[in-house]
Amino acid sequence: MLDLFFMAAVFVFSFVVGYLLISKVPTRLHTPLMSMTNAISAITILGGILLFAVETTLFQKILGVAAIALAAFNTLGGFVITDRMLRLFKRKEPSS
Amino acid sequence: MDLGYHLLIDAVVVLILLFGIRQFRSASGARFGNLAAAFALFCALVIVWCRNPVLEPSLVIVGLLAGGAIGWLVALRVNMIQIPAMVAFQHGAGGVAAFIISFVELTRESGELTAVGLLSGILGVVIGAATFSGSMIASLKLGGLLRQTPTLLPKHTGILAGVLLLLLILGAVAWNSGSVLLLGSSLGLVVCAIALGIVFSIRIGGADMPVLISFLNATAGLAASFCGIIIQNRLLIACGATVAASGSLLTYAMCRAMNRNLWEVFIPRARPAASSANQAPAAARPPVAAAPETTENASSQQPPIARAAEAAKSAQKVIIVPGYGMALAHAQFEVVKFAERLEKMGKKVSFAVHPIAGRMPGHMHVLLAEAEADPDALFDMAEINAEFSTTDLVVIVGACDVVNPAAIHAENTPISGMPILAAHEAKQIAVFNLDARPGYSGVENPLYTNPKTILAFGDAKASLAELLNALQ
Repeated sequence: MLDLFFMAAVFVFSFVVGYLLISKVPTRLHTPLMSMTNAISAITILGGILLFAVETTLFQKILGVAAIALAAFNTLGGFVITDRMLRLFKRKEPSS
Repeated sequence: MDLGYHLLIDAVVVLILLFGIRQFRSASGARFGNLAAAFALFCALVIVWCRNPVLEPSLVIVGLLAGGAIGWLVALRVNMIQIPAMVAFQHGAGGVAAFIISFVELTRESGELTAVGLLSGILGVVIGAATFSGSMIASLKLGGLLRQTPTLLPKHTGILAGVLLLLLILGAVAWNSGSVLLLGSSLGLVVCAIALGIVFSIRIGGADMPVLISFLNATAGLAASFCGIIIQNRLLIACGATVAASGSLLTYAMCRAMNRNLWEVFIPRARPAASSANQAPAAARPPVAAAPETTENASSQQPPIARAAEAAKSAQKVIIVPGYGMALAHAQFEVVKFAERLEKMGKKVSFAVHPIAGRMPGHMHVLLAEAEADPDALFDMAEINAEFSTTDLVVIVGACDVVNPAAIHAENTPISGMPILAAHEAKQIAVFNLDARPGYSGVENPLYTNPKTILAFGDAKASLAELLNALQ
């Protein structure tokens, strides 16, 4: 029961703090923001690794590798694209 | 003893992540914020690996390298117009990962799961799978591989309700069943949830896409969070919740920008505009093709480009309104050149960006940034709307609904009450759209018949190049 309470608290805390921080993000950065949070949501990669913390059947191995590969695609791709976009935003600023 | 220590490390990782998001307050700090978030994720990965015995490290590494390499390569190749399709696709990839993990955990530990674990496993499977299929549809639509207009099945809402009901029943079966039935009902849940995602997102299109993509952002985060509850990993829960918060906020912001509520976007009524949307396939302004002859036809009387050039020469204050049509015509570079040309002539030039211009929140800003528009000249609707009445010339490029005064004057149209850019208040207006067809909403735009409007229909890229020539 304590566990449940703790997990709920973690969820609510992160949600509220995330919400407050994100409400300060200017509209012009919304696309890079979504692209970055999308990369963060691939944190499910942790779950993929934990799948292999116990004995797995062949079927589970296949699923696990697929999940890890997709999540890795998501994170790395997401951060790289976000970086490319933000470079566009930065480029002009010093000169103007 | 150890627990407090672990908790502290986890808290630090989450704080780094939140710091990264905080950096998005300004364009100059955001790049560092992105790096910080990536670093936090990397730390989380190392932490989990260190704390748990990984029995098949080679498999994990193969997965990481393969997925990471492909992600990297694709990310380097994508151009800025394809960003919405790419982001939607990634939402889908996140959904798949979440539902696979929930599914495996659900089916292999059925005996040991607590009620909370079981419930969040079921939710993780359903939300993850629905996010996956919904995102794939969204991605295909945004990438132009599916029609962007909503596809309405007969009795669409009925089908949607039916799938939801089936999901509830299967969920109840999974909830009450032992290990044998659980595998079957979980598979059933996956199939049903995939169907739900398709039925749900296939009838959302055009200007509603920013809402859909934001919503899928939120559900992908939510699925990750539920996935974190079943494996009892706080880092996963925290990160998932942050993403869910971000997605929810953007969903809300997009709905507000259109003055619609979520329900109206997701369960659209058989709206009166549906018929007119049929005549005018909406946002699907077919790119280029018919452009040259349209320009010629128009120029046979009094060349609109020449008139626009005259208006631009005599104007002191100019506002440019870019829309998604500009992106379709790949005209953003010409638009920025045009703005620079006017500035050299000593005029004050600003860009007015409507919140739903583009196909995802903030998309137009990225497109203009790519074309190296002056960031200080970009304004949001709230900042610039009062300026229109003192503006000499408004140049509209590929935008229709966001400047349609019918949103203010007409009742009972899909855009009635939607906040618009007050282009109609300017002294003169030049429209560089492909044709006179209404925008995605299907509502005729009275601007087109306004005597102070110069209509330069045709491919915006070509017409703007012509206009630039005329200004040389």
